[in-house]
Amino acid sequence: MKSARRATALTVAGALALTLTACTSSGDDGATDADADGRITLRVVSLLPGSEQAAIDAFDAQVAEFEEANPDIDVVPEEYEWKATTFAAQLAGGTLPDVFEIPFTDAKTLIANGQLADMDAQLRTLPYADRFNPAILDAGTGEDGKVYAIPAKNVYGVGLHYRRDLFEKAGLDPDQPPTTWDEVRAAAKKIADANPGVAGYMQMSQNNTGGWQLTVNSYARGGRVQEVDGDGRATSTLDDPATVEALQWLHDMRWEDDSLGSNYLLDWGTINEAFAAGQVAMFTSGSDVYTSMVQTNGLDPEVYGLAALPLEGDDAGVLTGGTLAAVPAGASEEIKDAAIRWIDFFYTGKLVDEDRAVADAKTLTANDQPVGTPVLPMFDQAQYEQNQEWIKDYINVPLDQMTSYTDSMFDLPLVGEPSVKTQEVYALLDPVVQAVLTDEGADIPALLETANTQAQALLDQE
Amino acid sequence: MTTVSTRPAPPAARAAVVRRRARRTPATWWRGGGAHTLVFLLPVLVIFGLFSWWPIVRSLVMSFQKTNLVTPAQWVGLANFEYVLHDPLLAVAVKNTLWFALLALVIGYPVPLLAAVLMSEVRRLKGLYSALAYLPVVVPPVVAVLLWKVFYDASPTGVFNTVLGWVGLGPFPWLQDQSTAMPSLVLAATWAGAGGTVIIYLAALLSVPPELYDAAEVDGAGIWRKVWHVTLPQLRGVLFITLILQVIGTAQVFLEPYLFTGGGPANSTVTVLLLIYRYAFENSLGGNYGAATALSLMLAVVLALFSALYFRLTRSWSA
Repeated sequence: MKSARRATALTVAGALALTLTACTSSGDDGATDADADGRITLRVVSLLPGSEQAAIDAFDAQVAEFEEANPDIDVVPEEYEWKATTFAAQLAGGTLPDVFEIPFTDAKTLIANGQLADMDAQLRTLPYADRFNPAILDAGTGEDGKVYAIPAKNVYGVGLHYRRDLFEKAGLDPDQPPTTWDEVRAAAKKIADANPGVAGYMQMSQNNTGGWQLTVNSYARGGRVQEVDGDGRATSTLDDPATVEALQWLHDMRWEDDSLGSNYLLDWGTINEAFAAGQVAMFTSGSDVYTSMVQTNGLDPEVYGLAALPLEGDDAGVLTGGTLAAVPAGASEEIKDAAIRWIDFFYTGKLVDEDRAVADAKTLTANDQPVGTPVLPMFDQAQYEQNQEWIKDYINVPLDQMTSYTDSMFDLPLVGEPSVKTQEVYALLDPVVQAVLTDEGADIPALLETANTQAQALLDQE
Repeated sequence: MTTVSTRPAPPAARAAVVRRRARRTPATWWRGGGAHTLVFLLPVLVIFGLFSWWPIVRSLVMSFQKTNLVTPAQWVGLANFEYVLHDPLLAVAVKNTLWFALLALVIGYPVPLLAAVLMSEVRRLKGLYSALAYLPVVVPPVVAVLLWKVFYDASPTGVFNTVLGWVGLGPFPWLQDQSTAMPSLVLAATWAGAGGTVIIYLAALLSVPPELYDAAEVDGAGIWRKVWHVTLPQLRGVLFITLILQVIGTAQVFLEPYLFTGGGPANSTVTVLLLIYRYAFENSLGGNYGAATALSLMLAVVLALFSALYFRLTRSWSA
């Protein structure tokens, strides 16, 4: 009898559980996303978590402006930081906003997996749709030739970011940043000696950013980490001599010069934090990282400097990447239509339309937010320069402290990130970078050899 | 005590006996208030079912599948288990986890016992000491880790390095070196976890009959002999339980390596659970959930076997 009772209980519980799951899943295919007033709710990426109040105010002002022009859309901002470790779960769990941001390197696979909404028809409604740089638009285009992810926010080339105040303290001229890797090393040593506890130079090493920045350093010395032939077969080349050289350089700075400080576990967010706090004097990262360091880490613009990445050897190039805006697969047409209006308003329209460019710059400067941070053009160089001309009265970033970068940004050879299993390959390189930073006897060629074998196994997987 | 058992059974109990003898049908079950039982039981069943048992069943199924949680899953047999067993990081993770467990046993296991015995010996401010010992447990783990990260600053001006510098020690690299990272994690974990165990020991110490101490004192035992010959034998049941709990807990250590080092430097603090996490979440293009659940299952089986073996071996001692 006891078991009969238990069976009944379980049946009832099971039935209830099924009803509950049925209830929760029915939300996905709801007929409409509009609320009682007929307004569509659009959840969009806003700022990095922990942003300064002024940045939030500026964003809210832009949302208000958008909602006034689009009274049928209710924009709900959600703070967001793309992280390799949380993105897949957020996407699978359906907790990403309706408009979210992804790196160039992820788009093709997400499209092939059917995880992004087809935004081709929506993109074509934009008057400037055919003016995007084709190479950049291609990053978000699927095998079927349709655009799923739209170039947005930024296209960056990696630059060398440095603290002018720490340069001065070490007796270095902040207007003459280093132009070769040997000069970077020498400057780092001087800075570390003059400012105990400060890292003269440091490189990211955690959460796949170690691999990302090692790739930057390898490209800058003429190396490559992966080669893809005409049939799409990828070969891993992590043991490239330029990569060995980049690691040896890092090793010598750590163990001979002791100029890398004392924290060797940093990623994109924490190195920004350390730089803004004056614990790191030089590091390499996307040219646009200034904006987020001001918005999130309270960086003082006075002390900031941006230099071109030193390039040495044949075939040396600057790693370039960027961000696309996407909508989750399964989004309704209403959401997709609302999304393109937001993408046009917030990301792209201001690059090609004078009124919008000025309005956007006005809102940002009114809230003390950076305007004019150097990025690579999403359309073409002429368009970029035209845009800079429109907003020149509002530019408030210290451009004269970035001339070493901006003077050459259109002339440097750009190299895209490795295209196959990018994040997984980066993940294999993290421990290699960390080993070099924490083990004086690290056998660099052997470490790279092991990582290369593992990477090739990954590339050979279906 | 005996008078109670010889008293006639109360009416309710008698009714129960009668009911147990009668043939039970759904009708009698209904009349006997079975529906009420069910109604009261339902919330628990639903919550446990949905949030505990269902995920366990799902992960069991998933360990034999390849899925990105979006497109339909494919059955892949034992491929996930093969993948995990062929991963060179598995050996590293197992070795690191055992190393953590051993260090935690050496450093973390005796500390709460020592603290509890000392605290039970003091006569004044006992409450204050218990509160102080328990305080770290109350601090949210993320806050505690951030705090310890500041303490562990590897520069000569870091908190620990400054303090140790006063007595001529250091500076130590703490989390920034492959050999010192793991002991640093154990130290922080011990600080954070000892309070709970101290409270368990303190409660157990209260149950030690004071006559035993009196007798030991009459026999001329000092404090250490009392601890060795009275306290420890009296506590052995609790000690065995806390030991197995600690081993199971340390085998599943995740929070400290995840928040302090992310498994670094150079995989020196990658533990089994962190490896599971990496399988599932490291790749932004959809994790290897199959491998993650396969390794989880393997860990669960190993721990279950260990627990069974442990209880079998210690049955005779802990009675």
